[in-house]
Amino acid sequence: MTESGQQRLAELFAGVKAEGRAALLPYLTAGIPTPEQSVELFVAMAEAGADGFEVGIPYADPLMDGPVIMRAGEQALRNGVTVDVALRVAQQVVERTAKPVLVMTYVNPVLRIGIDRFFEKVASAGVSGVIIADLPVDEALPYLVAAKQAQVGIALFVAPTTDRTRLVSVVESNPSFVYAVAEIGVTGERSANSANTRALASRIRALSDVPIVFGVGISTPEHAAHAAADGDGVIVGTAIVRRVLEAQSHEEAKAALTLAVSELAVAVRRSR
Amino acid sequence: MRLSRPDETGRFGDFGGAFAPETLMPALRELEAAFVDAWADTGFHADLDHLLSTFVGRPTPVYHAERMSERLGLDLWLKREDLAHTGAHKINNTVAQGLLTKRMGKPRVIAETGAGQHGVATATACALLGLECVVYMGEKDIERQALNVYRMRLLGAEVIPVTSGAGTLKDAVSAALRDWVASVEQTHYIIGSVVGPHPFPWMVREFQKIIGEELKQQLDGSSGLPTPEVIVAPVGGGSNAMGVFYPYAGDPDVDLVGVEAAGLGISSGKHGASLGHGSPGVIHGAMTYMLQDDFGQVLEAHSISAGLDYPGVGPEHSYFKDEQLVRYESVTDDEAVEAFHLLCRTEGIIPALESSHALAWIIREAASLHGKTVVLNLSGRGDKDVQQIAAMYD
Ligand SMILES: Cc1ncc(COP(=O)(O)O)c(C=O)c1O
Repeated sequence: MTESGQQRLAELFAGVKAEGRAALLPYLTAGIPTPEQSVELFVAMAEAGADGFEVGIPYADPLMDGPVIMRAGEQALRNGVTVDVALRVAQQVVERTAKPVLVMTYVNPVLRIGIDRFFEKVASAGVSGVIIADLPVDEALPYLVAAKQAQVGIALFVAPTTDRTRLVSVVESNPSFVYAVAEIGVTGERSANSANTRALASRIRALSDVPIVFGVGISTPEHAAHAAADGDGVIVGTAIVRRVLEAQSHEEAKAALTLAVSELAVAVRRSR
Repeated sequence: MRLSRPDETGRFGDFGGAFAPETLMPALRELEAAFVDAWADTGFHADLDHLLSTFVGRPTPVYHAERMSERLGLDLWLKREDLAHTGAHKINNTVAQGLLTKRMGKPRVIAETGAGQHGVATATACALLGLECVVYMGEKDIERQALNVYRMRLLGAEVIPVTSGAGTLKDAVSAALRDWVASVEQTHYIIGSVVGPHPFPWMVREFQKIIGEELKQQLDGSSGLPTPEVIVAPVGGGSNAMGVFYPYAGDPDVDLVGVEAAGLGISSGKHGASLGHGSPGVIHGAMTYMLQDDFGQVLEAHSISAGLDYPGVGPEHSYFKDEQLVRYESVTDDEAVEAFHLLCRTEGIIPALESSHALAWIIREAASLHGKTVVLNLSGRGDKDVQQIAAMYD
């Protein structure tokens, strides 16, 4: 591997910064509707203007996820999408799109594989970074160490409820980026712009220039533009996954994602 | 070694901790601080003790089950948590957490329930204290514990059916946690057992240890009364068992036995024996023994008893298991049902199916327990299970 995941992530954030915008990072559960077709869907999203991706590793009890992503996870698990299968999807996405890929998971599947071994697997799949939804900073040390060892990026979370003491410990832990939770709640579509992104960004910025990626509840181009104004990246999850679950055919899913992502890509470019 | 409290990361040895979305972490820390403050406040204790004696009906009696004793060839005593208000030990925890909710100034409470006993106990505490109450319950459990669903509604609680997964306790806990992620600023989650992220396992144990503390006074070896040689309790999440065991843990003169659900038999894979046949992992925010597959995916549990139909267990039990402070055994659905009937007819007590598991183990082990003083923690009454039992014979 010529470049480490950490480096690819740093380049992604530096690149969009130079363009004066935030990165668009769509989320899709790996293996939805099938592993092969999910790779095609990521490729279509790359062609429509996504800057990178979050590939969801399905988990049976996803405490941070609302009904849509839960349903996608259940479907993927029924289709036999294990961590290894999901990482193979991620690897193909990296190879096919040359975009940075993050994987999102929960603690238990990582523990089952072994923290160090999980990060090695992630690195050898060419994945750039890891997001673990139920890993607060208090428990993160062994994961931060393993990520560093494997030269893979890792996110830590900040939420609107995070107090200053916790924010300081997040920043001082040197994550590759901060996943800033835009809404108090689980993943799912919202009707309005986040009322939290501006305040969250300025609280983080007061302490550090770590890249800030907003996620949770960002559903429309307008939401994306709004969040992008204060962040270095925007994750759109449920709005993407729902389109795939609703599509009657692979072609329909591809067309729906192409349209949605191209509108989102315009939005993150016109935000500032 | 028995730990009076977990370390600052919420660990009992290797187990426990708080693996939760960041959105919840400040509330968990706030809860810990509020609990520590309340638990050191004599005013809080006075309020709680008053409710426990006048509202809950504590202390619950210890009953000498003479006909069962004779039949089994041992000296059997029942700690009568079934006689606590609402019919199970769950109320000890909900009244205390209800008071804490008021103290934190939160107007809304959520809870999960399996057998419905914790839901009823939470709805009761909320009616008592004037709190809004929402209870998550798996749709399968709504079916098999219909009586308790109606009781919750009578008490003014909203019962929300959970359709994800197998529609049982695990799914109800997850749904409650998801609600809490969204509602955390105005809502307290009254979790129903010694499970979940720190500080819940520790706090709920503190609220339930009154069971064992009373027992120590009630069977203290004085005035012709014995002291327990063996204490047996059912283990779902583990709160009644922790409540009765904790004051005795480490006492070399008392054997502590937790009884899990073997469901259709351990080899069938359809059981709830997380401690006996699971492995360490993270479920519902804590590191503990759990049922999981080779890929770290949570498995569905199975038990005829909704309260034991859970693939995790409180982290302090995991610690007790590894420290060999408690022995964990399991009995099948069929054994539990047989024990249920035997207690009905021999003592005039209809036990909860959960409690029937602990009795079934005593019956199975009667020969090796011969002549011993055995205390069964009769965690709840069986009214809620009557319909389910009746349906078995239709
Ligand atoms: C009567 C009774 N006993 C036991 C349990 C199991 O819970 P725990 O292990 O937390 O005591 C329940 C749970 O619903 C119950 O209702």
